[in-house]
Amino acid sequence: MLDLIQIGIFLALLAIGYFAGSIVERRHYASIRQRERAYADVLAFMVRFPPDRVTPQRAFLVHGTVVVSSDYFKTFVASLRNLFGGRFRSYETLMERARREALLRLKADARRRGAKLVVCVRFETTTISSGWAPSMEVFAYGTALIPEGEAGAQSSGRSRLLGDGYARYAQPGP
Amino acid sequence: MLVSNLELVPGKRVTAHFGIVQGSTVRAKHVGKDIFAGLKNIVGGELKGYTELMQEAREESIQRMIAEAESMGANAILNVRFATTSIAAGAAEILAYGSAVRLEDI
Repeated sequence: MLDLIQIGIFLALLAIGYFAGSIVERRHYASIRQRERAYADVLAFMVRFPPDRVTPQRAFLVHGTVVVSSDYFKTFVASLRNLFGGRFRSYETLMERARREALLRLKADARRRGAKLVVCVRFETTTISSGWAPSMEVFAYGTALIPEGEAGAQSSGRSRLLGDGYARYAQPGP
Repeated sequence: MLVSNLELVPGKRVTAHFGIVQGSTVRAKHVGKDIFAGLKNIVGGELKGYTELMQEAREESIQRMIAEAESMGANAILNVRFATTSIAAGAAEILAYGSAVRLEDI
């Protein structure tokens, strides 16, 4: 009898994990896509050096962080997957969502402080907890640049490194 | 205080180097948040309590790094990097480090 209850709880958790987890994932993806369009005018690049090294610009650190957790179903499937190896498709989408979310929060931070260009973007991933309930932190950081006064607008023609993208960033507003 | 992970800042030049400055904080998980996180682990998704915790920890480590740079007489920290290490189960060190410099307009 006790065994039956335990199996019942396990199956129930598995079902909740599967249905709630896929709803959470679908909603998150919808929200990510919507915000990615909204923040399309904030440009983020990996480049180590600013596109224009001469014009005075205001520079400051911006960052975004998110902690995501796997759901019960994904964890269970992953533990099965561990026996055979291969792709952890369910974890791939989890990490992808986390990366995109962290980058979006970085862009939100940049826009909130008036910047439309972020360079030297770096990602950092930390395992918060592993075991039966893995959760990961993804942290994105970079340097936001704001051209000072007229200087920024004038320099847009000179920059060849980022071409069009840089010209867009030099425009006054969306 | 200018804080950036660039190696150079446009329109400015480095006139003095003060060496590496760092700020770190060790944070542990909150029991209440942990129970909530345990429940959240069934459905998955973002753990907001932990996101806030990490955000706070990062900001504090940046503030400590800035305090050290200020005490040296620097006006900027360049090439900032972050590192995280889990010390024990449920405790992590969040470290921010960079080069303290004095910047002047060209």
